[in-house]
Amino acid sequence: MSSATIAAIRFGYGLSAGQPAPGDAGALSAALAAPDAMAARFPVTGMAGVFPLIREYNQARRASRQDEPGGEDRFQAARRNLRLTMLEGLRAQLMRAVLAPDGMRERLHAFWSDHFTVRAKGVRFIAAPSAFAEDAIRPHITGSFPAMLRAAVTHPAMLAYLDQNRSIGPDSPAGQRQGAGLNENLAREVLELHTLGVDGGYAQGDVTQFAELLTGLTFDVQEGFLFRPRWAEPGAETVLGTRYGGAERARLDEVFAALDDIALHPATARHLARKLAVHFVSDRPDPDLVATLAAAYTAGGGALMPVYEALLAHPAAWVLPFAKARQPWDFMVASLRALGATEAALAGLGYPELRKGIRQPLAHMGQPYQAPPGPDGWPEEAEAWITPPALAERIGWAMALAGEYSAALPDPRAFVETALGGTASETLLGAVRAAESREAAVALVLASAEFNRR
Amino acid sequence: MPSAPLSRRHFLRGATLAGCSAAAWPLMSHVTLAAAPGDHRLVVIILRGAMDGLDALRPVGDPDFATLRAASLTGDAPALPLDGFFALHPDMGGLMPLWQKGELAFAHAVATPYRDRRSHFDGQDILEAGTGMDLAPDQVRGGWLNRMIQSVPGMTSETAYAVGRSGLKVIAGDAPVTQWSPDTRVELDDQTQRLLERIYEDDPLFHAAGNEAFDLLARADAGMMDDGDAAGAAALAEFAAARLNEEARIAAFSISGWDTHRNQKGVLGRRLRGLSAALLALRDGLGDAWGQTTVLAMTEFGRTARENGTNGTDHGTGSALIMAGGALRGGRVYGAWPGLAAADLYQERDLLPTADVRAYAAWAMRGLYGLERTLLEASVFPGLDMGTDPGILL
Repeated sequence: MSSATIAAIRFGYGLSAGQPAPGDAGALSAALAAPDAMAARFPVTGMAGVFPLIREYNQARRASRQDEPGGEDRFQAARRNLRLTMLEGLRAQLMRAVLAPDGMRERLHAFWSDHFTVRAKGVRFIAAPSAFAEDAIRPHITGSFPAMLRAAVTHPAMLAYLDQNRSIGPDSPAGQRQGAGLNENLAREVLELHTLGVDGGYAQGDVTQFAELLTGLTFDVQEGFLFRPRWAEPGAETVLGTRYGGAERARLDEVFAALDDIALHPATARHLARKLAVHFVSDRPDPDLVATLAAAYTAGGGALMPVYEALLAHPAAWVLPFAKARQPWDFMVASLRALGATEAALAGLGYPELRKGIRQPLAHMGQPYQAPPGPDGWPEEAEAWITPPALAERIGWAMALAGEYSAALPDPRAFVETALGGTASETLLGAVRAAESREAAVALVLASAEFNRR
Repeated sequence: MPSAPLSRRHFLRGATLAGCSAAAWPLMSHVTLAAAPGDHRLVVIILRGAMDGLDALRPVGDPDFATLRAASLTGDAPALPLDGFFALHPDMGGLMPLWQKGELAFAHAVATPYRDRRSHFDGQDILEAGTGMDLAPDQVRGGWLNRMIQSVPGMTSETAYAVGRSGLKVIAGDAPVTQWSPDTRVELDDQTQRLLERIYEDDPLFHAAGNEAFDLLARADAGMMDDGDAAGAAALAEFAAARLNEEARIAAFSISGWDTHRNQKGVLGRRLRGLSAALLALRDGLGDAWGQTTVLAMTEFGRTARENGTNGTDHGTGSALIMAGGALRGGRVYGAWPGLAAADLYQERDLLPTADVRAYAAWAMRGLYGLERTLLEASVFPGLDMGTDPGILL
């Protein structure tokens, strides 16, 4: 099997009927180093565009509650606009992933968005997860992790999701006046999930001290992100043995200094290296691969391109068979790529089609859109995804998609090659020949174990 | 290559399993069932997210409780007196008849051996795996129910996907229900199914999931489940009860959403109503068999003794075990109470565990299935010291 095929399946969203495979490791790196063409071509609304919709929602809600004339219609329209913005974000990300020549950037977009999981709390914030990915993740995918960490931890979607916008230093002026206090949620998850990892050697005292250091981070719907020194717990905090802050007036720079140090901690390097290796290569990754990625991270001072280059250069990253299960979103994107879905077709998907054709089946396959079960994101193990009800939904969706294309389906024998690039088993080739119809044969390929692995 | 546009008309057909959102929560809304000899039933409910035991079962007789827990956290509704020292969260009022009949019990200040890191994910692994801290969570294989099943002749297990008919609205989410058209569902014909069976044979994972997947596709007009609200929790319990009335004797499922960092009084109240509804659905669904039933509802750890700054609580250590069923010696709260004075708290922050929650599960298994203590302490819960029999069963 060619390295281009492995590259497309393992590091991208699969082979495409519409464009050639990206090629070997060097071609993947070069594509990552090039400008982000897909983001420019299919824009997604960031938080600066979402806040006005939230403000309108708040005002319209008030108007509706106070029985102002037209208030209820205005409220309904405001809700609808937020939901449509979420669906537009879904469609744009779908188009990037299906139409990208270099699928690895889109896979990394999904990986880092999952690493920094945020969920919408209520309809007000329903467009915030896409905005978060666009503002805090996308610009840093090929940049530096410390910069991504700063952006993620200070993004309103994260502050709201992990309650940081309500955490107030108990001895701060605001805390004294309101009798308010700490909420450890974000502090703990930054250490446990985003940086050091649960085995990263921090103690409860570090969590509490870090939570005190983070007080002051908040946002409002007028200004966006805010640092409020009057919310910050006075005095210095010691996190992992280093003292931060202590100046008379708390400064955001102190938070950033701690985040930068934690980002470059050896435990963070190991944690990120292992997560990347698990996500891209194997649920049980080669220890040398993990060590190599961690070393590249540390040597590069948190720069991410050297880590990706180390991943692509390591022999363990090219070993067969494909041991991972494609997650539901990957499976849908890969199917649409294999069938050569065009830009016009995807752009023509209306909101009901996106709901019924993408969002709802995603949920039935076990991956409700932008709603993982907790801040640790989606599970990695193949066993978590290939359950009976989820597999049933994959089979049904594959059959439905083949039905969509019934007027213009490819020759199934050619389609096997398009979709799997020579990785199909003799059994699958035989089944495709024995299928009753082109539709059935194409659905068999999409539902096959081979196509659902990467 | 040909590439017909996706048509607006047909793309709706993607939604195959008419709202079977069991799949939406692959880790949460399935029910694990096992058959066993005899008539005793055991139901294990995992409360994911760390239930605040101090709020569910309030030690109102402890002199420090009132200082730690103000109305900003607990709400204004009065707790329901139980034994003079403990009182029940007002949203569990539906369970008072069980308490009065001796079919509801608690063990307070319990925990698994998991300490200090307070990670949900590790805590749940330890709870479900039932091992001590000597193994890393990812090295623990198989849960304790599983190990019991392997230890008892005649026990066999399966994982069932609860498929009910309630609450289609929840899965439809923001999609208007009027657009739903079950008659556009895709039929899996025999030949295609046969070919799929053949191609899954070479991959053990797909082979294992395939047969039940075909079965689900065949009866894909099912409704859906949501384990997050009271109706969902009750539906899961109803499903479990129906199977326990057949050949199943052991059932396990989970209810999520106990991580009350903010606005605890609203969030915890909803969860406790859901749990209460589930316990009542088990009682009603089991009928006469309720007399031979033991239900254990346990969580990965407790929450801080003090309220945090956002009307909630953060991750802690000791919590409460909730027990129900006609097989219990109920109407009482088991365990040794450690006290809530600052010096009595674990690390001056959390309720101090005075017993291992696994010991209660072990004594229940010993009483229900006659398992040897050595087997329980060595194989089912490796490293557990069961201590003296608390006598939770009649």
